[in-house]
Amino acid sequence: MVRLKDLTTEELFTSGHRLCAGCGEGIIARMALKALRGPTVIVSATGCLEVASTIYPFTSWRLPWAHVAFENAAAVASGIEAAYKAMARRGAWNKHVDVIAFAGDGGTFDIGIQALSGALERGHDFVYICVDNEAYMNTGIQRSGATPHGAATTTSPAGTKIPGKPEFKKDFIGICAAHGIEFAATASPAYWNDYMTKVTKAIEVEGPAVIHVFSPCPLGMRHDSDKSIELARLAVQTRYWPVYEVENGKYKLNMKVTKPRPVSEFLKTQGRFRHLFQPQFQHEIEVIQQWVDENWKRITALCGET
Amino acid sequence: MSKTIGLTGDEAIAYAAKQSNVDVVAAYPITPQTIIVEAFSEYVFNGEVETEFVCVESEHSAMSACIGSSLTGARVFTATASQGLALMHEMLYIASGLRCPIVMGVANRALSAPINIHGDHSDMMGSRDCGWIQIYAENAQEAYDWIIQAFKIAEDHNVLLPVTVSIDAYILSHSMEGVQVQGDEETSRFLSTRKPVFTLNPDKPVTVGAICLTDYYFEMKRQQVEALKESFGVIHKVNEEYKDFTNRNYSTIEAYGMEDAEAAIICLGSTAGTAKAVAKKLRSEGRKVGVVKPWVYRPFPTEEILGAIKDLRALAVLDRACSFGAPCGALCSDILAALFQKGKELRIFNGIYGLGGRDITPSDIESVFNEALEAAETGVVKEPVKFIGVRE
Repeated sequence: MVRLKDLTTEELFTSGHRLCAGCGEGIIARMALKALRGPTVIVSATGCLEVASTIYPFTSWRLPWAHVAFENAAAVASGIEAAYKAMARRGAWNKHVDVIAFAGDGGTFDIGIQALSGALERGHDFVYICVDNEAYMNTGIQRSGATPHGAATTTSPAGTKIPGKPEFKKDFIGICAAHGIEFAATASPAYWNDYMTKVTKAIEVEGPAVIHVFSPCPLGMRHDSDKSIELARLAVQTRYWPVYEVENGKYKLNMKVTKPRPVSEFLKTQGRFRHLFQPQFQHEIEVIQQWVDENWKRITALCGET
Repeated sequence: MSKTIGLTGDEAIAYAAKQSNVDVVAAYPITPQTIIVEAFSEYVFNGEVETEFVCVESEHSAMSACIGSSLTGARVFTATASQGLALMHEMLYIASGLRCPIVMGVANRALSAPINIHGDHSDMMGSRDCGWIQIYAENAQEAYDWIIQAFKIAEDHNVLLPVTVSIDAYILSHSMEGVQVQGDEETSRFLSTRKPVFTLNPDKPVTVGAICLTDYYFEMKRQQVEALKESFGVIHKVNEEYKDFTNRNYSTIEAYGMEDAEAAIICLGSTAGTAKAVAKKLRSEGRKVGVVKPWVYRPFPTEEILGAIKDLRALAVLDRACSFGAPCGALCSDILAALFQKGKELRIFNGIYGLGGRDITPSDIESVFNEALEAAETGVVKEPVKFIGVRE
């Protein structure tokens, strides 16, 4: 656990970036950089965080940072880690360097899943943080494998026949954990202590570690920009976003939600679900509630909670 | 101490990479390049090198990891062919755009569909505008020699660009030749270690791969054009140093019999060997023919090629790839453009040959010379673009 007063006041992710007001990604990146243990290199996949923080000739990153492309943050991180190992072997480098990759849900669940799977299997020593705003927000809100059922995006619009995305979200942590990595966890920026503790823990793992963070997006999820952290908290309190970790294959629930609020409370704060509150589509809210309940049951069972 | 050993083209490339003391190899198997990755794996698993070998899950990740390593300051090598190069396509532009001096061996192979594992230049020609320095070797010796020189060229601070060294599938990749190799220590001394300019060093943080919009992107690209131009001087300088080191002569092009030739063939890679053998025979019969072989295809050695063909009366340009829908093959269109820019005229025809590994024989080459000589004599090109050795 981290204590608030022990947090560094040093800002490695500086102000002046062009992320939207209320964007979760900037908050998530800033908090991660306050949980570092030493020399660190950051890799960013193409996405909002990347384009809004490094508009040439400006940068928000006060540590070495590289962006190569959309789908390959994990592969680039592999190369950086390998290079430091090799350079240390021939005496050209003498410090341990931590490598952290940031990628969105599109760059992780969809186009980047192969590169990530390869890097996890090979066992590179790096931390992969997926900032999940549940759609391709940087290209203007298109559905991804992380978009939840029923959400309206520009490629899964709230149609008169099909009310938003018909499919459900992938079990990303399950996929990561199946690689047999030492540490995989979910987090929410509303619970900064849990998240930052996980970043520290992930860095300390000798090998790959993954953190999957809920990232509010006022523009794409269509919620009030001053309500981002509230939304991130609501996601947890409705059991929509279970906060748990998988350490050496052992699941552990980090946030117990004994009296969950109905998922409709989470849905109604966001424009992407507004159409579901029309009479003809209201049954979809039940479908989502059912998914939330089953997902919670599955995860708590894995965690040995009853 | 140099010695001569039996190596296939693939093995020669792996051997040169080993002697170049690469820090990181990130690679993926693909026929007919696989032997390079296999040979290098053996060096790693037998403890003969200190290289970090990243056995990635795709060529896309191979080049991505190479870029990450190169940005960190490591000396980086990889190899690919055909579909693998096509899968890397996106990353090729990023490697050159981020000025990563990566060296890559390419065993040139046809592109699908239909699938075919044999040699032609479609793969590299599909990537000819990717900003890499592109070298074609005629045999295993040249492949070995160019790999070592490639690191020195790529890592020069006036260049900082990635380099490919191409060999023709099977004809070179799998055929064994006697290759004169240098000693390990002398090679290490010749290359020394990489001295990077900017790296992902936590002590001196830099942002790499920022977004450059309408206000800066064009200047970045303009600098790449300049770096490729600058590389001519560096290539020649490295060729000189390599000559002092090995007594073997390289340049951007090789000219054979061009001092008095009236008709000539220009082509890339192993076919130049056949062309020179045929030219030698024809010259012994008193026929004035020659061969031009560009070692370096990008940057295009305009001055050297125009210098070599200045007294010619007819030229046959052989392309081992189709540029579908274009007036002619890629090499031919480059030569036509170079001549036109300089206001020169020459009887030229283009022969598209050898797609999917279709053999090009000495008699095929002899007929091309005959046609070129006829064009030189009559001043008439019968067929501006012809297909050699195909069933019509």
